[in-house]
Amino acid sequence: MDARILNEFRAIVGATGLITEPEQLSTYECDGLTMFRVMPLAVLLPTSAEQVQAVVRVCHREKIPFVARGSGTGLSGGALPVANGIVISLARMNRILEVDLPNQRVVVEPGVMNLNVTARVAPDGYFYAPDPSSQQVCSIGGNVAENSGGAHCLKYGFTTTHVLGMEVVLPDGSLVHLGDRTVDHPGYDLTGVFVGSEGTLGIATKVILRIMKKPEVIQVLLAAFNSTNEAGAAVSGIIAAGMLPAAIEMMDNLAIQAAEAAVHANYPDCGGLLLVELDGPAPEVETLMDEVADVCTKCGAWEIRVAQSDAERARVWTGRKAAFAAVGRISPAYIVQDGVIPRTALPHVMSEIVRLSSECGLRVANVFHAGDGNLHPLVLYDDAVPGQDKLAEKLAGDILRLCIKAGGSITGEHGVGEEKKMFMAEMYTEPDLGTMQLVRCAFDPENLSNPDKVFPRPRLCGEKPGVYEPHPLEVAGVAQRF
Amino acid sequence: MPVGNEVKPKTAWPELAEIIGKENLHAATTADACEGVTPQMIAEPGTAEDLARALRWAHDAGLKVTPRAGGTKLGWGNPPAACDLVLSTARLHRVLEHAWADMTVIVEAGCRVAALQKTLAEHGQQLALDPLWPERATIGGILSTNDSGPLRVRYGSLRDLIIGITVALPDGTLAKSGGKVVKNVAGYDLAKLFTGALGTLGVIVQAIFRLHPLPRERRSLSFSGAPQALNQLLLSILGSKLVPTGLQLRAEPGQAQLDVRFDGTTAGIEAQVKQLHQIAGGSALPTDSPAGAWTSHQSIWDGPTPALVAKFCVLPSHFAAICELFERTARAHSSAWRMVVQSVGAGYGRLEGNEPALRTALLALRGEIANMGGSIVVLSSPLAVKRGLDVWGPPCDAQPLTVRVKQRFDPDGTLNPGRFVGGI
Repeated sequence: MDARILNEFRAIVGATGLITEPEQLSTYECDGLTMFRVMPLAVLLPTSAEQVQAVVRVCHREKIPFVARGSGTGLSGGALPVANGIVISLARMNRILEVDLPNQRVVVEPGVMNLNVTARVAPDGYFYAPDPSSQQVCSIGGNVAENSGGAHCLKYGFTTTHVLGMEVVLPDGSLVHLGDRTVDHPGYDLTGVFVGSEGTLGIATKVILRIMKKPEVIQVLLAAFNSTNEAGAAVSGIIAAGMLPAAIEMMDNLAIQAAEAAVHANYPDCGGLLLVELDGPAPEVETLMDEVADVCTKCGAWEIRVAQSDAERARVWTGRKAAFAAVGRISPAYIVQDGVIPRTALPHVMSEIVRLSSECGLRVANVFHAGDGNLHPLVLYDDAVPGQDKLAEKLAGDILRLCIKAGGSITGEHGVGEEKKMFMAEMYTEPDLGTMQLVRCAFDPENLSNPDKVFPRPRLCGEKPGVYEPHPLEVAGVAQRF
Repeated sequence: MPVGNEVKPKTAWPELAEIIGKENLHAATTADACEGVTPQMIAEPGTAEDLARALRWAHDAGLKVTPRAGGTKLGWGNPPAACDLVLSTARLHRVLEHAWADMTVIVEAGCRVAALQKTLAEHGQQLALDPLWPERATIGGILSTNDSGPLRVRYGSLRDLIIGITVALPDGTLAKSGGKVVKNVAGYDLAKLFTGALGTLGVIVQAIFRLHPLPRERRSLSFSGAPQALNQLLLSILGSKLVPTGLQLRAEPGQAQLDVRFDGTTAGIEAQVKQLHQIAGGSALPTDSPAGAWTSHQSIWDGPTPALVAKFCVLPSHFAAICELFERTARAHSSAWRMVVQSVGAGYGRLEGNEPALRTALLALRGEIANMGGSIVVLSSPLAVKRGLDVWGPPCDAQPLTVRVKQRFDPDGTLNPGRFVGGI
């Protein structure tokens, strides 16, 4: 990179805020999805919104692409650097700026860890609801970029539900405020558009969060079934009975084995394990928990346990939250997928996953947010065996296609990032993607902020949007657009 | 304000009639006027595709278009700078798919809210919203005006319940975002962008929502008292373990009520009512809520005219101050007032009085509410009041970005010109 520009960056963030040494840069060459690696030209670690703004202004002037990065725990390659660009790490902007308990608002910088928000307000009985499994290390800025969910979003919603407003540095270096502390801020819901945009619309430098009061009682029921189909039937039964649990999670036998090997969660050795968490007023939870147990028994559960104390609950959740990493105990390498299907498609999709898995000879462990149909198939493979990584990638892709075919989505909470952008064209039509691109062009007409992510073929902002006219070869069925 | 509609040659309309069928194109009457602007024609296409084609035709012909369905909130926003054609979604009124086991519904934009709820109730489910005038209001209308209602305290607002959307753009594109699964982060969330956009970016033709079970039991209690005490009680309830499905403060000169609603199992509701008594202490005893307590956001629109109804958004700790502010402002301008505010911080206020007084009162309210970090948007008022100001209030520092978004979606200003924030 041009020494003049480097000097300018150094003047903004200080010598300790600029990384250019290759061995230090290599820390930033990938995020949680390690199969994609790109070395950035430099990494900058600003400590204030003003510094972020100054850095972005230089990038805009010099047409240098930039990628914002939180803790780098993302699982879709969203924070993958671009070769001719820089990484802006928000890790040093990690202050909780304001806590307003009566109005249930917390204002944070983007580098604050998710769990630190709850830790700060827990003594007063509050919590921050979105709880991705990586919540001990992932940052609020990263959560905003990915619209992170977690096990409890079935009842409490996603990051977008809990972000009321933001201070954002736009890709041209201007600083704007989207949303506010109050709800229904007049104007377009640009906060709603920004959350989940995977760093392609700018960099959030301040986030206004909504916190919630901890429920009076929380109970988790654990039920063992012979198969995921039986467990799936129980999920449908619970929903049909008009209940809205805080979380419904399912694991198959392979995932259970992994969790046992890693954290000794003391799960029963069964074909399908269900965790159902209910929360709310004590008498209500007790009544409904009895109903949940009834439904599970009717659907074939042969062991049911109810964890009531915080310690028991934590133990039950340990195995589930550790499941991804635990798979490392039973396989040298694995791919985590993040498809979503309508709940009722579960039996069909599960049997198809089994078929695809046996056809290609690779094992698939399944961990689901079963309440909202979010599947996390873990495709296990041996990276020492030549070609097996490609086979695993193909299988993971085929599973996503199954989800699309079932009327679902290619991602429930991990984001599209680098990894799944080619699938966007299978999930959406050209006009759908072109319309999303209008938003991109309004925020970032020069395509500088995390370029080439999310969309398969970024349309240039100068191109005139319009009704999609298929090529004659497509009409004739000779060619297909990807 | 000039209303310089350029009258299109009459020969052009048959082209539109050909697209949507001539029986679906009518001449407008004064009853179709929108804030003083009368369109020339009303088009009622029967399919999303026809609607998109009609919109493209209007755009290419240089006409200005106002989308409409139930028409219950057509006057919201600034008066249109021009309106040649009303594009009605009234014939797009089907519930396309109620996947009750998945708790989702796909519905056309022209479907009336009450009709949708009736269909959902057949399987014990609801779209957990209680917007204004559900018998007449449509899905597209409540989305475009972001009208959710008291249930949002528990279930969130429209933006939290919509999971997919299909829109028609002025260039004739029909595009969707999201889908029929509750959890989905693939691509930009256009459903949120279009929610509350007042039809200025495109026309909503279809929406997909997540659903909730209908409550098993319901009970509602009300406290009377001074606004300050009721605001304190409201904050105590928010800071408690109670999970109300409605929590609102109603006030008018000399009196105020706090309404608390619980849904759930009998045992759960009883336990919560008991806790509510404990939180309130012996000094305040609640009674069963009066009929109409939970439609007070609707009854606030009824009363003597001229009057102004505005939506305000403030933090929950400022509710008593807002009551006091309405009282003080109304007294200074000799007008009557009423308000109702949900505990999330969104409320409606009504001022009655003559036109200059309403205008001065509004500006006074706006200044003080801005000092509290809140906002106030005029929804309904005498036209003279609306014409002299921006009903949305002063634009914020994101206005240039807002303008760029509008220009990308509607570069020629075909849809609802002049009606949105900053006159876009």
